[in-house]
Amino acid sequence: MSGGMTLFDVAQRAMSAQLVRMNAAASNLANAGSVARSEGEAYRPLRPVFAEQLDQATGLSTVRVDGVHRADVTPTRVHDPDHPLADENGDVWTAPVDENAEMVEMLEASRQYRNMVEALSTAKQLMLETMRMK
Amino acid sequence: MSQGLFGIHGAALEVRAQRMGMLGSNIANAATPGYKARDIDFAAALQARLGGADADVAAGSAVRYRVPVMPSLDGNTVEMAVEQTAVAENAVAYSATLDFLRGRIDKVTRALRGE
Repeated sequence: MSGGMTLFDVAQRAMSAQLVRMNAAASNLANAGSVARSEGEAYRPLRPVFAEQLDQATGLSTVRVDGVHRADVTPTRVHDPDHPLADENGDVWTAPVDENAEMVEMLEASRQYRNMVEALSTAKQLMLETMRMK
Repeated sequence: MSQGLFGIHGAALEVRAQRMGMLGSNIANAATPGYKARDIDFAAALQARLGGADADVAAGSAVRYRVPVMPSLDGNTVEMAVEQTAVAENAVAYSATLDFLRGRIDKVTRALRGE
């Protein structure tokens, strides 16, 4: 990146990271209850992992999305012989999505996003006041 | 010259701006596993700056890790209530310093105009 990192870069990346988290939660919720033919084909929840990114020059540290991983949970086997996707035993596999956990995840992401906006607007206000001083 | 005109307030404003960045970093990393929240000891940084240290060196020497009220399982020590309070406190102090500076500048401007 050219030039040093500013508070605006820090906030922008933090907000993007929280959006990734919110998108992952939304994808998980959208796929809750989806059914698959086998254990391997079933949907596994997405989990973004964050990491700190320190800018040595300014001492500011922002956040980056280290990767979006699939959660290691086993899908639930449901006995439903009438289902078109049922295997020879009459079982189907449903996505192991915990709706409550996803809602909490979403709420937390939105809270932290809002906090960042709040801090950024306070800082921006002070910077503007300093600029207008004559 | 500027040190004489602005007194302690020029250095104070610098430290306040640096602290604003540090608190912003904490809030940005509220969800990063293992992130340790940091803050600038304002008095120590100001003392170092007035002692003739560079702005970056003065702030760097006054960085302290925050002691969490209740540590979380993922090792992250950012606590939103603490950070928000610190941001509010820092913003008020920044404004106050700005007002002091404005007062000084107004005084000099009036003197120059001969009012």
